[in-house]
Amino acid sequence: MESALKRSGLWLAGLLIAVLACAAAVDTGFAIHMGIVGFACIIGLIVTLRGLDMSRAILSPDQGRYDDDVIRWGVIATVFWGMAGFLVGLVIALQLALPVLNLGLEWTAFGRLRPLHTSAVIFAFGGNALIATSFYVVQRTCRARLAFPGLARFVFWGYQLFIVLAATGYLLGITQAKEYAEPEWYVDIWLTIVWVAYLAVFVGTIIKRTEPHIYVANWFYLSFIITVAMLHIVNNLNWPVSFVGSRSFPVFAGVQGALVQWWYGHNAVGFFLTAGFLAMMYYFVPKQAERPIFSYRLSIIHFWALIFLYIWAGPHHLHYTALPDWAQTLGMVFSVMLWMPSWGGMINGLMTLNGAWDKVRTDPIIRMMVMALAFYGMSTFEGPMMSIKSVNSLSHYTDWTIGHVHSGALGWNGMITFACVYYMVPRLWAKPRLYSLRMVNWHFWLATVGIVFYASSMWVAGITQGLMWREYGADGYLVNSFAETVLALKPMYFLRAFGGLLFLSGAVVMTVNVWRTILGHQRDEAPMRDAAFDPAKDRPIVAVAA
Amino acid sequence: MSTHSTYDLLRHLADSWGLVMMTAIFLGLCAWPFRPGARPMNRDAANSIFKDESDV
Amino acid sequence: MTTIVERHKKLERNVTLLGLAAFAAVTVGGIVEIAPLFWIDNTIEKVEGMRPYTPLEQAGRDIYIREGCYNCHSQMIRPFRDEVERYGHYSLAAESMYDHPFQWGSKRTGPDLARVGNRYSDEWHVQHLKDPRSLVPESIMPTYAHLAEHELNAGDMTAELRTLYQVGVPYKPDDIAKANDDLEVQAQADGDATDLKKRYPKAQARDFDGDPKRLTEMDALVAYLQMLGTLVDVNAPAAQETLAKEKGR
Repeated sequence: MESALKRSGLWLAGLLIAVLACAAAVDTGFAIHMGIVGFACIIGLIVTLRGLDMSRAILSPDQGRYDDDVIRWGVIATVFWGMAGFLVGLVIALQLALPVLNLGLEWTAFGRLRPLHTSAVIFAFGGNALIATSFYVVQRTCRARLAFPGLARFVFWGYQLFIVLAATGYLLGITQAKEYAEPEWYVDIWLTIVWVAYLAVFVGTIIKRTEPHIYVANWFYLSFIITVAMLHIVNNLNWPVSFVGSRSFPVFAGVQGALVQWWYGHNAVGFFLTAGFLAMMYYFVPKQAERPIFSYRLSIIHFWALIFLYIWAGPHHLHYTALPDWAQTLGMVFSVMLWMPSWGGMINGLMTLNGAWDKVRTDPIIRMMVMALAFYGMSTFEGPMMSIKSVNSLSHYTDWTIGHVHSGALGWNGMITFACVYYMVPRLWAKPRLYSLRMVNWHFWLATVGIVFYASSMWVAGITQGLMWREYGADGYLVNSFAETVLALKPMYFLRAFGGLLFLSGAVVMTVNVWRTILGHQRDEAPMRDAAFDPAKDRPIVAVAA
Repeated sequence: MSTHSTYDLLRHLADSWGLVMMTAIFLGLCAWPFRPGARPMNRDAANSIFKDESDV
Repeated sequence: MTTIVERHKKLERNVTLLGLAAFAAVTVGGIVEIAPLFWIDNTIEKVEGMRPYTPLEQAGRDIYIREGCYNCHSQMIRPFRDEVERYGHYSLAAESMYDHPFQWGSKRTGPDLARVGNRYSDEWHVQHLKDPRSLVPESIMPTYAHLAEHELNAGDMTAELRTLYQVGVPYKPDDIAKANDDLEVQAQADGDATDLKKRYPKAQARDFDGDPKRLTEMDALVAYLQMLGTLVDVNAPAAQETLAKEKGR
């Protein structure tokens, strides 16, 4: 009782600070944000006063069962933010084809919605998928219940608050204008706190494991958490103009700022979207295929080579800019070398199915995983190619880059996440099977065809634009004005939006499927193959009392 | 020491011993999991995720 | 040999060691690439004409950042014949040395803006921002008519310049003290900008948005755009000498 009083006091203190900051705010955006923080404190207060925050799961956890609450919330959040992020993506794709859709409002212009899209899909959809799967995998591979159950819940809700602050900030024009690192200083500090808590829960669970070996998926998750912390902190070293205002200035400027930003930006891809998702691959692909990973030794080499090489590749985003030449060359060389561990990982995942290739035909979840790995292989070939300076001179600043990013993001990150969601949902909600495996198949085809439209239209658009920019006539003058190149891309922008629509439709099918599975419905349909599951055995090992 | 000579020193190191060291460490790490003694351990580790299905 | 095996087993079974080893592996690349930029003298040379932004330009830059212009416009001209002919002399490292944050961009949905200053009239910019398709029918840019309607609410420019000073922009005490007045003066049709121009060479002072009675966000943004790329005379001998030292470009 006394501690409940203390916790309520903390919420009240938080509320008080938020209200004071809101009143003293030097700009409207900061005031609105402090209002949101205050609102979050009120919710926390209500939860505490009703005694809901100290559930049995926290106070006296049953060490004989896995702690899956946070994972269930995380799966729902993944699906929800995925839908939101894909929808905004479709909107901004249409804005580029039909500029009238910017609506003439400051809050809905492309420049503000684009960060909303990128952050929603990378950090909200991808981030929740990473948090949910990492908590799922670390418990199962360690055969131990989550350490620090209260902190784990803080990680989830704290991360959602980060998302809400970041997203509303973009619409209000609060941004530090660094791609994929747009949130302002106070949101960055909040994310740092949440991230340290995340590291503590993850490492704490590994420490209390009953399995002697740390399975390789956890290596990837661990390096993802540590590296993202490092990148986030260094790239967001800012000095606020006022401690009750949203605006701040980065410590680094010009050339240094550019290199630090793309060191961050490229490794957000390398560690957030690659290492973390490879961790999913190393657990869920073998589990769904019901056979061990093709080569555990290869996975170890894959790990060290990938994390060591990736960190160097950032400067390939700055070819032919004012960045010193040696840094550009270094970035290019390491980017090309990165091709090897990337394909090593892809081969390791695909060859896991060696001797069981029939499952690609019979098991729609396996099919999704295989397609994810195929897109991973494709985009990790395309990436090193685009980092070669002569290729980059054509592709940089064009839609080719956008196409490349999306074949990785939609194909690799999207598909592997969908597969993991389909794997986890029946197990987390203790249902005999998904609502419908056939619908997984529909989702697979909608998403695949959508990506093909997206990637091919952007590939054509990028090369068209790159070539038109540098086209000289016989008279020795540039042939095309910039406006003409914009006009030439219009059909491609429509095709891209169509691809996005298909991908979004696939996600709608998933949402229905997940929703009805949670409700316990089962669609009447011809059965397809799925991995076996025995809920009775899905338990940690409890140390035998002496 | 002026910044320039620090640069020259590091540059020289990066072109010679530093490069040799890094390559050696990298190759050593690559060869490491393939040592003969690691075979059973790797097999156990790869199969560890299926242990929960064979608990008695 | 057996001791090494034992040690490696430790690494694979000890999460702290594993975490430290992984951290070591990921720091090497960053240190080798980033650290030299801060002390190798050829990264950025001070070049004739480069100066910090005036308060009005800085306020315009804040709007540029707020609206996310960097999502579609680069400010980094690469040393290719077509880019140089289309946009002007390729960008020097020194030209963004006071940019907190840099705005080089990564995508040209619209054209590069590194040297857009003084290429179009103020009227063109105002009309183009209000309704891009009235001037460029093919354009897919959003409309920014609201900039002309909003009073410029830049906040306390003294605090802003002081913060920029703290992160390394060489504003003089005088610049910081006069920041709020400078902001007003530069956007007036008939203001006395002699002092401003002495402290900020090549600063352009006039009414930018065609509405002399009001100081709007449009004033600030157009002032910023009209300054871009105009500070350094890239063809001057001093600048060319700097360029020669930027090896490989």
